Amino acid sequence: MLTGRRFGGPERGKEEEQKYNRQAAEDHGGKLVGAAVMKKDAMALVTGRPVYTDDIAPRECLVVKVLRSPHAHALIQEIDISAAEKVPGIQCILTWKDVPQKRFTLAGQTYPEPSPYDRLILDQRVRFVGDPAAIVAGETEDAVDQALKLIRVKYQVLDAILDFHEAKDSHILIHPEDNWRSLAPVGADNSRNLCASGRDEHGDVDGILKTCAHVVDETYHVKANQQAMMETFRAYSYLDTYGRLNVVSSTQVPFHVRRILGHALDIPKSKIRVIKPRIGGGFGAKQTAVMEIYPAVVTWMTGKPAKMIYSRYESQIASSPRHEMEVRVRLGADEDGMIQAIDVYTLSNTGAYGEHGPTTVGLSGHKSIPLYRTKAFRFAYDVVYTNRMSAGAYRGYGATQGIFAVESAVNELADRLSMDPVALREKNMVRQGDVMPAYYGETAASCALDKCMARAAEMIGWKDKFPFRDMGNGKVRGVGVAMAMQGSSISKVDVGSVSLKLNDDGFYVLTVGCTDMGTGCDTILAQMAADCLDCSYEDIVVYGTDTDLSPYDSGSYASSTTYLTGMAVVKTCQTLREKILKKAAEYLDCTADDLEFDGKVVRRLDTGAEITLKDIGNRSMCFNEDALSACESHTSPVSPPPFMTGMAEVEVDMETGHVELLDYVAVVDCGTVVNPNLARVQTEGGLGQGIGMALYEDITYSQTGRMYENSLMQYKIPTRLDVGRIRVEFEPSYEPTGPFGAKSIGEIVINTPSPAIASAVYHACGARIRELPITAEKVCRAIHPEVFRGEAQRKAD
Amino acid sequence: MKLEFQLNGKAVQTEIQADTLLLDLVRSLGCLSVKRGCETSNCGLCTVMVEGKPVLSCSVLAARVQGKRVFTLEGLQEEAEEAGRYLAQEGGEQCGYCSPGFLMNVLAMERELTDPDEDQIKEYLAGNLCRCSGYMSQLRAVKKYLNRKGEKGC
Repeated sequence: MLTGRRFGGPERGKEEEQKYNRQAAEDHGGKLVGAAVMKKDAMALVTGRPVYTDDIAPRECLVVKVLRSPHAHALIQEIDISAAEKVPGIQCILTWKDVPQKRFTLAGQTYPEPSPYDRLILDQRVRFVGDPAAIVAGETEDAVDQALKLIRVKYQVLDAILDFHEAKDSHILIHPEDNWRSLAPVGADNSRNLCASGRDEHGDVDGILKTCAHVVDETYHVKANQQAMMETFRAYSYLDTYGRLNVVSSTQVPFHVRRILGHALDIPKSKIRVIKPRIGGGFGAKQTAVMEIYPAVVTWMTGKPAKMIYSRYESQIASSPRHEMEVRVRLGADEDGMIQAIDVYTLSNTGAYGEHGPTTVGLSGHKSIPLYRTKAFRFAYDVVYTNRMSAGAYRGYGATQGIFAVESAVNELADRLSMDPVALREKNMVRQGDVMPAYYGETAASCALDKCMARAAEMIGWKDKFPFRDMGNGKVRGVGVAMAMQGSSISKVDVGSVSLKLNDDGFYVLTVGCTDMGTGCDTILAQMAADCLDCSYEDIVVYGTDTDLSPYDSGSYASSTTYLTGMAVVKTCQTLREKILKKAAEYLDCTADDLEFDGKVVRRLDTGAEITLKDIGNRSMCFNEDALSACESHTSPVSPPPFMTGMAEVEVDMETGHVELLDYVAVVDCGTVVNPNLARVQTEGGLGQGIGMALYEDITYSQTGRMYENSLMQYKIPTRLDVGRIRVEFEPSYEPTGPFGAKSIGEIVINTPSPAIASAVYHACGARIRELPITAEKVCRAIHPEVFRGEAQRKAD
Repeated sequence: MKLEFQLNGKAVQTEIQADTLLLDLVRSLGCLSVKRGCETSNCGLCTVMVEGKPVLSCSVLAARVQGKRVFTLEGLQEEAEEAGRYLAQEGGEQCGYCSPGFLMNVLAMERELTDPDEDQIKEYLAGNLCRCSGYMSQLRAVKKYLNRKGEKGC
């Protein structure tokens, strides 16, 4: 039986896959863009093939771990590794004295990075509980664990900043060092604990707010949520035949990792190659090179392969979570509910290091305020260093925090005006063709937000359910709404590229520099290529991602891949088509203008003479000097926002304050939907994460700066019993600058649950919760203040 | 210490430490579908079958499978393909990292429950976390898979 299977080999089962995919295309008029085909890697993943970093790492890799600081802020006075070095099997122990002293950032951003250069591989100063003090590499995990216990560190414990309100201009400095530097004009100043600071405004905000009949002025707090992708951070490294450092990493940003490693190790980038295998989720977490430096430095110093697998504990306490932000919103409207001005101030906590600090904060204003037509806006911010874990990039990237605040303020305005929040939004929301001053003056060239709102209201039955229904059993159901936007790539910065070649027998290889992290971008790019080349989905082989082989792509983040790399696919296919025609003209003895190409055959229009693509592919491999390959890049001067509406129905237990999410509907305008299944699951997944953030995922610290939620036992991401029913539909617009009219979808989907659920809870029970997550305790305190009134007194007694 | 057990239908004799976890043992024996998503038995990624019952291999000492039959997804490829295809046809596998553990429990559920309803399905699979999908596509896939012979007529 086994032999027969093996002989059938990997092709067995492919027939069914092909049949399904062909049917999916057929159901969509024969076009691949818009068809719900299976992901290219789907069957490998569901059958458990060994395709992830740890599955393919050589067995002889040294095990790498780090010794972590127990203090939130301290200087290492002495570090004694003599006993640890004697443990059998230990190959390498590094302390701050052993590593290069040039600072760098771990942020996976385009050079020159806006994030300050404030890191060393190991530093004499440790800045949060969990900051590495030593790197240990050994032949077995047991040896490394034993050695870690034997390292003696004498710390000079320093005063720490744990409350981010106290950071700016504190006498305690997190980065007093002389070689700290900021490469970009982001308002950073290490002598004030400022990672960034700035403001942007349009019109006379204060003057207008004074004349407004209603002004909401409230502050909202979002915590440093963890992405909690199922595969923790991990990488392995080795020296290749040529002595180059090869790093295989679960990363979203291979090209940035190459640069970061070059900076960190102070070696030429030409000595480094970074490869991305399959990734077990990213959500932005892996847009920071959280741990590649540790195995890389071990390999560089020992010449031996080395591997580091972050535990879940490490992933929780020393990684790259969302920036904690406190957002104050002042929002003014006239008697009729026409919003006149929005003023947003964001205080963002970047933690011990500045990864993504200067950029995430920008989205808290630039991707919340433009949802509304206003006469004026102001957006100001400070991003501060503290002695907490460094923050990073997490799906939504600051927009999530800002949208929770602005959308909550709009909901509060509606409640004050006794107006339906849907009607209030219909009066004020951005429409197609609007210029958005708070969004860098860009025009909303594609926007179906109004349709998203109407459809979502229909789906949830808003008219019947708003604002609440008393179920008569001590439980009350309420509904809430929120809108969201995001961008599609970073305008004037991000670059997407692919290369494409025609092979013998006429199949194509599409080599990408973006990074599929489970999102399915390899698949949707192949769908686009297949339509551009009039071939089947199976005729496109996708390969990625390898810094030696892939064309440069800034990576998969900032909602850029579908929009930007997708456009690179369109351009590359166009170029290759022209080359194929040129080559066929040579073979058919005519000019390219005389030819048509239907994807399989090139035909002379005048004589009917033809040559198949297969023959072109085969012939081009003999006596030919024009490679049938192409590579194009794409970048965009604009970043067209996708838009969406989300609506929640919750049930609140009026006795305990327990909130149960019953129903969540979302309608998304991501432009053309390239693959309805994958777009739907992106949306459902993002909503699931947003629901976790709204209701369950808390981050709390001890007085000494130790994070309590250091496991999935404590940090409660939602299970399938916690997300209620999630329903998703699309209201596609057509984005003229996107491939096939597409915009992005990856990030926007996490933004609506927090404000929609918070408003639904208020409508159900009157508890106004402005700090996430919305726990039963917070709700109970709000609806039963009398129960808690004596609390302080009782404690004192 | 010496351990003898059956892994995916084959007899295995191997040396283990007293504290070796079943998860690390099966991975060292090449069953790389088995993943570790946490260390606290919360995620379900490391699910394997011991004597036909799903267990969290991160929380079982390898010594406890002495003389027992252990199955990982490597030993259930045909079932994995069949059930997995339903997941893939929803786009529900996403990053795929939780898929093997999830499918192990789907297969176990199919053996254990007769005609489970939606609540029973959710309850049975509650220990399998997924961070990509929001669970809806998994539910659609499981329902279609369980009803693949069309008995429910939906």
